[in-house]
Amino acid sequence: MNTAVATDTIDTSFIPRDPVKDSAQEAFHKLTETVGTPTVENAKMRSRDVNVFYGEKQAIFDVNLDIGNNEVVAMIGPSGCGKSTFLRCLNRMNDTIPSCRVTGDLSLDGEDLYGADLDPVLLRARVGMVFQKPNPFAKSIYDNVAYGPRIHGLSSNRAELDDIVVDSLRKAGLYDEVKDRLDAPGTSLSGGQQQRLCIARSIAVSPEVILMDEPCSALDPIATARIEELIDELRQNYAIAIVTHSMQQAARVSQRTAYFHLGKLVEVNATNDVFTNPQHELTENYITGRFG
Amino acid sequence: MSATTLLLVTLGLALASFAYGRSRAYSVARLGGGVRSMHSLPSHYGMMVALWCALPALAIIVGWKLFEPSVVSGFLHDYIPQSVYDAGEKSVELYKNDIGNRVDSNAIADIQDPDKKIAAEQLASMRHISSLAMMVLALAAAIAGATLALKRIKADTRARHNVEKIVQFFLISCASIAILTTLGIVLSVLFESLRFFQEVSVIEFITGTTWSPQTAIRADQVGSSGSFGAVPLFMGTMLISFIAMVVAVPFGLMSAIYLAEYASRPVRSICKPLLEILAGIPTVVYGFFAALTVAPALRSFGATLGLSVSSESALAAGAVMGIMIIPFVSSLSDDVITAVPQAMRDGSYGLGATKSETIRKVVIPAALPGIVGGVLLAVSRAIGETMIVVMAAGLAANLTANPLEAVTTVTVQIVTLLTGDQEFDSAKTLAAFALGLMLFVVTLCLNVIALHVVRKYREQYE
Repeated sequence: MNTAVATDTIDTSFIPRDPVKDSAQEAFHKLTETVGTPTVENAKMRSRDVNVFYGEKQAIFDVNLDIGNNEVVAMIGPSGCGKSTFLRCLNRMNDTIPSCRVTGDLSLDGEDLYGADLDPVLLRARVGMVFQKPNPFAKSIYDNVAYGPRIHGLSSNRAELDDIVVDSLRKAGLYDEVKDRLDAPGTSLSGGQQQRLCIARSIAVSPEVILMDEPCSALDPIATARIEELIDELRQNYAIAIVTHSMQQAARVSQRTAYFHLGKLVEVNATNDVFTNPQHELTENYITGRFG
Repeated sequence: MSATTLLLVTLGLALASFAYGRSRAYSVARLGGGVRSMHSLPSHYGMMVALWCALPALAIIVGWKLFEPSVVSGFLHDYIPQSVYDAGEKSVELYKNDIGNRVDSNAIADIQDPDKKIAAEQLASMRHISSLAMMVLALAAAIAGATLALKRIKADTRARHNVEKIVQFFLISCASIAILTTLGIVLSVLFESLRFFQEVSVIEFITGTTWSPQTAIRADQVGSSGSFGAVPLFMGTMLISFIAMVVAVPFGLMSAIYLAEYASRPVRSICKPLLEILAGIPTVVYGFFAALTVAPALRSFGATLGLSVSSESALAAGAVMGIMIIPFVSSLSDDVITAVPQAMRDGSYGLGATKSETIRKVVIPAALPGIVGGVLLAVSRAIGETMIVVMAAGLAANLTANPLEAVTTVTVQIVTLLTGDQEFDSAKTLAAFALGLMLFVVTLCLNVIALHVVRKYREQYE
């Protein structure tokens, strides 16, 4: 006998229903449009009706979201909700996954990211990325930071390169800790230092946008606080999108917060509003800890 | 009863005592309140009885067979005529050997010499008595052991510990056999080399540039007293290994990069095994490929360029050896390249690096220690390779760095020194051991360095 058929015929009415979960599911199914204001004026990056598929499976449904200049947009949501997938569309890192397919319009300064004349390699120099786990190269601290400028030919001589490296390390708040041992391997640093090294590495190619995929999830609270401070400083010069599992972190560092749920963008609003006065039921459930 | 039958009988006894011991344990358990009341499972008791039955008997059989020949031949001393003793120790050995052979082939009746015949008959009867004694002792030991162990089937006997100790001891002895064999080989090579170095000085061997191992067999023979300077051999080995690595490293490394980074899954699943087939081709096949195909082709190609290429050029042997080593390099490099974490590649792509930049500047440097380790292992393989060079490299010990000339290698010389008619204790034959020792030391050092490098690399990412 086919057990799947059998379960269909079992009467489940005696199981007590969870009103919160039920209404949340109903709300999710009804959800067609994002609550709040996903767009901003003079957006640095724009995405309209973005859908992402892994093979047959759809991971992102019709997402519209802008990232403005000099702001930090936090993306929160339960695991598997598609926030990292969406982030990786913004610099076409998904290209490295063979089965991944992206539809919709994504643009940087009005330039189509998936247009025929856009080179993803050059795009990634403009849209830098910091990963979940610190991933310094097996090179010296200096060479880690100099890596990007070298491959993009950003300096014509050693002195210029030195300037870029020192400047990037300063901006990442790491210079004072490593100035005496720039020749030491990047892997010899502590986890928090490694992550700041990775941030310095992305800054070194002077990107316009920095994407951060849970940059503090592998770090202790002190290192996390240091990175959060840094994100706030970096906002002066860059547009930043950060994926985080920590709602406190989203509240601390971001100006706008986007809540993702099962591949849909549920709500986008000013961070303060999202955490004090969520508009959508799902968002409220998530930030109050009732769901996700 | 022959030793084989005796062994089989012992094993049969052991099986029987296992079954009996187990059933005995069950009945003891039934009287004492169930299997749980015993310290060990009934099968452990059975196993204990079986081991107590088999091990002493086996020890007696093995010991007997080890010491029987020397003891028996000791008894034979009185039956050897004085005239044989007078002729020296060697003739005593010969005499004993002859008697032994006659007895083995049941040909005592054919012996003409009456003294010898008596000795042979003595030997036959002594062997008979000895084998009977062995049988009786072994069986007695088996039965005694089993009976003793059966008496020990009690609730508080730790049969499981007993059995596991014996199993552990058995495993240790298996492991030590492998180690002791290696040690034995090294020591025998070492001692024979020391004998060689008594005749030829170490300095001459290591620094001499002339290799001509022909020694006079008879005292009055005209000709060479032998010259044992190993430098040309080691230079030849290095030259051929170097050529092999020049071929193997680029090809192996690049195919590893292709397979690890660019090849799609289906391509990789076909290409990798195909490449590894190269490693499965017998070296003798490579040998005639080198000698019959590559060397003549190189020679005629050289002729069209106006170069004189020896028909046994180092280039031909080295190139073919390099092809043989490609799968070593590529397979080991492939492993270390795939072990580089994806996060590193992502980091590089995220900075706007292209695939080839990522591979050249991030992946390969990160994998370099492992690749170097793999290459060093391949070098030690190249140095020790014999068959290809025996067939395709020359015999003349030229001291040259020209790859178009014929050179010879250490392994080729070892083969030629030990094949052919020579007294075993002449400097010529002993030289083979000295060469073997040097080769062993060199490859051992390379392997140690390589393993060290590879291990260091592993620590970095784990």
